[in-house]
Amino acid sequence: MQTFFIVAILGLGFLITFQIAKASEYVAVLRGEERARKQTNKVNAFMLLAFLIIGLIGVYYCNEQLKGKILGEPASDHGILIDRMLYITIALTGIVFVITQVALFWFSYKYQESDKRKAFYYPHNNKLELIWTVIPAITLTILVGFGLFYWFKITGDAPKNSMVVEVVGKQFGWEFRYPGKDGILGKKYFKKVDPANNNPAGQLWEDEANHDDVFMEQEMHLVVNKPVKLVIGAKDVIHDVGLAHFRMKMDAVPGTPTTMWFTPRFTTKEMIEKTGKPNFAYEISCDQMCGQGHWSMRGVIIVETQEEFDAWMAQKKPQYLVANPDKDPKAKTDTAAKAPVAAVMTENK
Amino acid sequence: MKSSFHGTEAKQKNMSEAINVQSGAAHVEHHDAHSHGHHKETFVSKYIFSMDHKTIAKQFLITGIIWAIVGGLFSVLFRLQLGYPGQSFPILETFFGNWAKGGQIQPEFYYALITMHGTVLVFFVLTAGLSGTFANFLIPLQIGARDMASPFLNMLSYWFFFLASVVMISSLFISTGPASGGWTVYPPLSALGQASSGSKLGMDLWIVSMALFVVSSLLGGLNYISTILNLRTKGMSMTRMPLTIWALFFTAVLGVLSFPVLLSGLILLLFDRNLGTSFYLSDIVVNGEILANEGGSAILFQHLFWFLGHPEVYIILLPAMGMVSEILSVNSRKPIFGYMAMLGSLFAITILAFLVWAHHMFVTGLNPFLGSIFVLLTLLIAVPSAIKVFNWLTTLWRGNIRFTPATLFAIGFVSLFISGGLTGIFLGNSTIDIHLHDTMFVVAHFHIVMGVASMFGMFAGIYHWFPKMFGRYMNSTLGYIHFWVTMIGSYLIFWPMHYQGLAGIPRRYLDKRGWVSFNDFPELDKMITIVSIIVFAVQLMFVFNFFYSIFKGRKVTNPNPWGANTLEWTTPLRPGHGNWDGEIPEVHRWAYDYAKDGRDFIPQTEPIGENESKH
Repeated sequence: MQTFFIVAILGLGFLITFQIAKASEYVAVLRGEERARKQTNKVNAFMLLAFLIIGLIGVYYCNEQLKGKILGEPASDHGILIDRMLYITIALTGIVFVITQVALFWFSYKYQESDKRKAFYYPHNNKLELIWTVIPAITLTILVGFGLFYWFKITGDAPKNSMVVEVVGKQFGWEFRYPGKDGILGKKYFKKVDPANNNPAGQLWEDEANHDDVFMEQEMHLVVNKPVKLVIGAKDVIHDVGLAHFRMKMDAVPGTPTTMWFTPRFTTKEMIEKTGKPNFAYEISCDQMCGQGHWSMRGVIIVETQEEFDAWMAQKKPQYLVANPDKDPKAKTDTAAKAPVAAVMTENK
Repeated sequence: MKSSFHGTEAKQKNMSEAINVQSGAAHVEHHDAHSHGHHKETFVSKYIFSMDHKTIAKQFLITGIIWAIVGGLFSVLFRLQLGYPGQSFPILETFFGNWAKGGQIQPEFYYALITMHGTVLVFFVLTAGLSGTFANFLIPLQIGARDMASPFLNMLSYWFFFLASVVMISSLFISTGPASGGWTVYPPLSALGQASSGSKLGMDLWIVSMALFVVSSLLGGLNYISTILNLRTKGMSMTRMPLTIWALFFTAVLGVLSFPVLLSGLILLLFDRNLGTSFYLSDIVVNGEILANEGGSAILFQHLFWFLGHPEVYIILLPAMGMVSEILSVNSRKPIFGYMAMLGSLFAITILAFLVWAHHMFVTGLNPFLGSIFVLLTLLIAVPSAIKVFNWLTTLWRGNIRFTPATLFAIGFVSLFISGGLTGIFLGNSTIDIHLHDTMFVVAHFHIVMGVASMFGMFAGIYHWFPKMFGRYMNSTLGYIHFWVTMIGSYLIFWPMHYQGLAGIPRRYLDKRGWVSFNDFPELDKMITIVSIIVFAVQLMFVFNFFYSIFKGRKVTNPNPWGANTLEWTTPLRPGHGNWDGEIPEVHRWAYDYAKDGRDFIPQTEPIGENESKH
């Protein structure tokens, strides 16, 4: 019913508009086209000026309304650089925006058709054109300079002391793997992926670096003020690890691993205080179209202190032991292990 | 069959004219051949399989308008979902059945809608509808030719486009739905039917349709280029051509050089989909199934796609720029400021368009050094763009401006081009792009600078050349309403989207209520949806005005209603096939002698006077 009313109102409004438009055309013919044209010309010139003024007020109003909602303080060290670059660009482009829009609409208003004025024959002026070639070129050089300086800082090698976490996207969720005590992610091969036998990542158990790797889904823990290097991959289609609060983003491509690194500045608890949102979470959003669940592909990062992190990690069991319970030294005491000697040997290596 | 013979004959004559430096005699003879042909024209040869470039232009335009309504309607549908997530609209279920179960747009349907919206608007409306229409219509008329270099290929160009349209439309009606991986169709998503129902038959149809579209575009483009290079009338040197023609020329060059790369990329995709090859596929476990493919690169497709994809942006934008230059000059009664600079910047944009594609790929794991080169080249484009803007502003300065609907849309184009161009400086800078990539900021940016701005250019062109196309005027009051609602609406829709992007909201999220970080803008999303419905309704009003005016509009009595210098206004009120009744006029000057020596305008056909000042 509501839909019907909306359609009816739109139809009626259209009919009225059309009749007025037709009538104005007849009136124009009757009163003389020249005069009618001059009148609409004045109206439109005025509207252009009004659009400029109301538009600029609107831009200001929009900014006042929405500026509080755009994330606030960057939560990573790289985020600081990215925000700085953003504000430099906003300042420079903002100036250009106001000058050119004002000129466009002001000229349109000021030089509306008038009998008193003749258009000025002004085909070119090389000096002027040189000026507005050189000034944008210089401005852009500045922007490129800053941009690349930050870009290389952000995309440069991760610090030696950074922790490593593997992030893998799949339809529609996230998997994580921590390298364990040895700090090395064990080798994996996609044809070994076998969730039924507790090997969702396709780890190669013969690689001993795998024996202490910890696997988990949906939730990742990081340590505050400790650089982290993410090794990113995907199982099925391209995904993207989007970390809005950290201002970081990197595609997850099946077959081609990618990396990014950053240092979280605030723990999740600190962010709850800063944002005033009791349910605040660092969210991982998939930023690359990946299928019908794309919009709901959410992961969570919990940033905490080193002690909290260590306590959390201590509870985790390496996936190797989940997949091969017979190799678990703790399990050995419970049940009679089949090959206790082998298990002990691997543990010792 | 008569007409196809006639077409070849005309082509040969046209060609020989070009070679023989176009003597007057050749024109007369040529004209005779044409009027001879006219008597035998049937309805089919005149309106359907026509080889008259003007009719073909109208065919492109009307097909484009129909596609624009379809594409626009899709956007209204998915805006409903974005503005009112979780709310039921029973009418949707009535029309779309299971796609909108319970009156709610299902995710598969949502993604099909956005994919088709993008494909349709980018390719079918703003490529075929825009340059197909105006290149066909304006090139022969403005350079003084009787028709295209090959009217027959020109006709084929339209009918390949028509076929592409039929295939694309048919994909909307299959049970697994049309392609739904986004208009960029990145594999592996688009390569694997297991990954998405839209990647089943719908994706094959999408590829076939695009292949036909590329053929259409190449036939058209080669024709535009050879016509401009060979069939200019006597005196029409390259630097006397109106900027519209230059813009359409560069557009055609871009299309001819880049569309084949897209086609090759799509063919490899077709192979991966159907023949078991691994160009783009490697290390894939989809839905628990381990695929055999190894060694392919998913990123390779993105390189191939964006090698067209970025020039495509300029394929869409350049014709609008050209028409805006012309319309602003005519209606401010002043020459375009800095013709050579405008030309140079068009050229620079064309070259740079080929060298910036990887700025769409800063976060794909691209080598940072390579990224830095693309940052530099991308931001370089801002220089010719800035020159163009300043030159348009100076064209308006001290003019005597007539605000026809076309002028207003041209001014609107400049405003939108400034706004959207400046946000390009954010995204072209890889550092900022890390944060803004694939967010609503990108959506806002490219809709303003490429979508809406080019649409404005197209509207300006339609309002301006409608009298020449149909011998009647469009109703200008409806035109003014159309402009003001669209102008205000476009800013209301897209300006606040930048803030959503700055807040990190990713593109293509159909419901943000499950997120802590992205759920801050429900009221804004509602506002945008309401405005887009109003703007869409006003576009329907434009369509009505367009078709109504074809049959019932006020008749044109003045052959040169805008007081313009260019050649199309020297043709009869309703030019037949062949354009000029007598000889093709000779050109003596550039197209922009407005307000010179105290005269309002001096048509290109007027010889240089003895005491005329030089510029």
